[in-house]
Amino acid sequence: MSTILILEQVLNGLQFGVMLFLMAAGLTLIFGVMGLINLAHGSLYMVGAFAAAAVAGLTGSFVLALIAALAAAALAGAVIEIAVIRRLYNSDHLDQVLATFALILIFSEGTRWVFGSFPLFLDIPAALSGPVTLPGGIQYPLYRLTLIGAGLLVALGLWLLIERTRIGIQIRAGENDREMIAALGVDISKLYTLVFALGAALAGLAGALVGAIQSVQVGMGEPVLILAFVVIVIGGIGSIKGAFVGALLVGLTDTLVGIFLPEVLKLFMDAAPATSAGSSIASMSIYILMSLVLIWRPSGLFGARS
Amino acid sequence: MTRETLFNAALLLGLIAVPAWAVLADEPFTITLATRAVILALAAAGLNIALGIGGLVSLGHAVFFGIGGYAMGILAHHAQSYTNLMDWPFVIPGTKFMPVIWLVAIVTSALAALVIGILSLRTTGAYFIMITLAFGQMFFYFAISWSAYGGEDGMSIYVRNSFPGLNTLVPIQFYGLCLAMLVLVLIFSARLRRAPFGLALNAARQVPARLEAVGMDPTRLKLVAFVISGVITGLAGALFADLNRFVSPSMFSWQFSGEIMILVILGGVGRLFGPVAGAVTFVALEHFLGGITEFWHIILGLLLLAVVLFARGGITGLIAGKEVRHD
Amino acid sequence: MTETILATKGITKNFGALRASHDISIDLRAGEIHAIIGPNGAGKSTLIGQICGSLTPDAGRVELLGRDVTDLSTDQRARAGLGRTFQISALAMEDTVLENATLGALGASGPPWRFWASALGDKSLRDKAEAALERVGLAEARAKRCSDLSHGQRRQLEVAVALTLNPKAFVMDEPMAGLGAAGSKELTTFLDTLRHEAPILLVEHDMDAVFALADRISVLVYGEVIATGTVDEIRNDPRVREAYLGESA
Repeated sequence: MSTILILEQVLNGLQFGVMLFLMAAGLTLIFGVMGLINLAHGSLYMVGAFAAAAVAGLTGSFVLALIAALAAAALAGAVIEIAVIRRLYNSDHLDQVLATFALILIFSEGTRWVFGSFPLFLDIPAALSGPVTLPGGIQYPLYRLTLIGAGLLVALGLWLLIERTRIGIQIRAGENDREMIAALGVDISKLYTLVFALGAALAGLAGALVGAIQSVQVGMGEPVLILAFVVIVIGGIGSIKGAFVGALLVGLTDTLVGIFLPEVLKLFMDAAPATSAGSSIASMSIYILMSLVLIWRPSGLFGARS
Repeated sequence: MTRETLFNAALLLGLIAVPAWAVLADEPFTITLATRAVILALAAAGLNIALGIGGLVSLGHAVFFGIGGYAMGILAHHAQSYTNLMDWPFVIPGTKFMPVIWLVAIVTSALAALVIGILSLRTTGAYFIMITLAFGQMFFYFAISWSAYGGEDGMSIYVRNSFPGLNTLVPIQFYGLCLAMLVLVLIFSARLRRAPFGLALNAARQVPARLEAVGMDPTRLKLVAFVISGVITGLAGALFADLNRFVSPSMFSWQFSGEIMILVILGGVGRLFGPVAGAVTFVALEHFLGGITEFWHIILGLLLLAVVLFARGGITGLIAGKEVRHD
Repeated sequence: MTETILATKGITKNFGALRASHDISIDLRAGEIHAIIGPNGAGKSTLIGQICGSLTPDAGRVELLGRDVTDLSTDQRARAGLGRTFQISALAMEDTVLENATLGALGASGPPWRFWASALGDKSLRDKAEAALERVGLAEARAKRCSDLSHGQRRQLEVAVALTLNPKAFVMDEPMAGLGAAGSKELTTFLDTLRHEAPILLVEHDMDAVFALADRISVLVYGEVIATGTVDEIRNDPRVREAYLGESA
């Protein structure tokens, strides 16, 4: 197996990882600030992807599609926050799970109703299509490289937002002490809507960006949502840094084990069973990773120690 | 008699009367629907022990349902193809005999629940929910990649498995078997919640610190509850597979985990007959609303939202009053 | 010399830079009430946590009946004979008074792996629970749901649950907290007789109760025991007067 192939897979893992980060960051932010576990986050991912596919279909512009994805997801986020979610901040996790599960049902069936059951396709913009040659002679799709860059850029922006701005200070204060920031005159319900919409926009962005390399269909959000949960469990709930590290770990593990494990097994057994056993085990690899983290540090790599 | 007891009695009576009517009126489909409701109630009764008494919000109970289903599918698959499950070091043949299938379903779900429980119970709250959900997804993907047993397509079984003294191919006889199982589990649940274990588990949900202070380990109690819960849901999975004569990875799906939980909530968390009320309602909605529109999940979603936001006790709570009775 | 039932041997606990417990050695002897007093933030809760097992000391050990229990978990220590009451009532609010008391009896009777016969139908459990309720004066309220109890009744139930364990030593975290004058007096009378069944380590803010009950008092300030002695010795100890009243020694 060549170094080029390995590097290519590492890049694939990174690309997958940064997209997971966009999902996990919103989830962990919403949990950290409002204490809410949001199963409908995957629906917002789907909303972003559908909005992008629809707008790209109408206008042919990828930039407009991305803007539409951000706007639609943020709007959907703000609407459900105001209509449903804010009634759940003081409820127990069971109620939050049920209500947001109900939102999944409504979003998924509603989308199927509007767009039908067939997948939509979102094309990679011409300027970003085709491979580029990286140092070392690796041919790699430009679009995927752009995704890595975009994901890292968003991560940086999020870090700056939280560490360096007024809103960030309020968000961090909100994680620690709800009453305190209310007492300081911050409009807490506006802040919560804002944080929720921000998380939603990140999910929508991820949906749109990934939608161009996969098909856009109902139910696309939940598998990603569950992976984002795995990321959060590994990284530690409420920690953006944990989400970042966890997302990269999960992205790389999933990609690399899936490619290399069958190859490794072939050294010990016949090709056919090695491939099937390898892919079975690889499908479980990130959950095994999660289990190991749970045994080692139950509150995650960067979680507050319980 | 309290209103809840009356309501429960009415439910049970309905589960006997409706299929009896269906036999007389020659409506086999109604019996199939009722069987589906009873098996789903059994799955939810399993979850109700972990969730209702122990407060464990498990979003991964489809794991056990799927394991029960695959226990049936794998054993019956080998029996109908006259192959062995294993030739070495022991010869293990397949079987079409329900009691053996159930035993295998029970043992394998118990093992899975033990491992998942030990890992998940290292944490609490939101973590627990996410982790059980994740393990469910792990089993789902594993089933998809397990090409020896149908992979993504699942497996069909030609003839329903057998039970001594019954002809399980006759719908009402299979229904009777499932109903008997449900009643046994409900009796067990009723005893359990009054037994020392149930008393302690109920307290472990409310005040774990108190339980430790009187010398009991709340986590261990919850683990045992999780295993019991998983076993019952696993048994339901084996029956469900036999009802459809088909197993597929969708039995492991997160949607199904969510559905089992919806059954418990619709009916009323922690209520003895809550899972039954929930399952009957769910199957009725699915049948009637599903006949009107293929988008009936929207209505289900709205209904669920309404229950969560406005009717905390579920159906049982609406009919029999808010408080869970103690005597 | 009377037998030592419970003792800490030089336990130390730091939370980052905060020295919550520093080299604390106290003991509880058969038949006595040993009160721990100290200003807020002196580290009383941390000390109780380490004695009961919810916190692990960084150094030192905890001994119960001469046996090192430092590595035992909270529930193991309870089974070994430590009966505690909580500062903020820790009761199963949805359950009845009798069910709460039965829980204690159940804990004392061995592991709860009984899935069929009713707990309240078990005569030995029930007798034990009812006897404890009788003693704290809650027998009349046995069928009440815990959430319907008054604050004072909850405090009584806290003590009753600990009684059902038949512990070798009691650790009581502010049992008088929130009780009125009459309630405090009643509980004081009760604890006065209880000490002969098992000694009591008593953390309490109510100084009248402490001075009325304690055989010995230890004063905890900034995580250190600055004095241990009889009521009179403590009253006249200059270091205690300094800590409490700001008088210079």
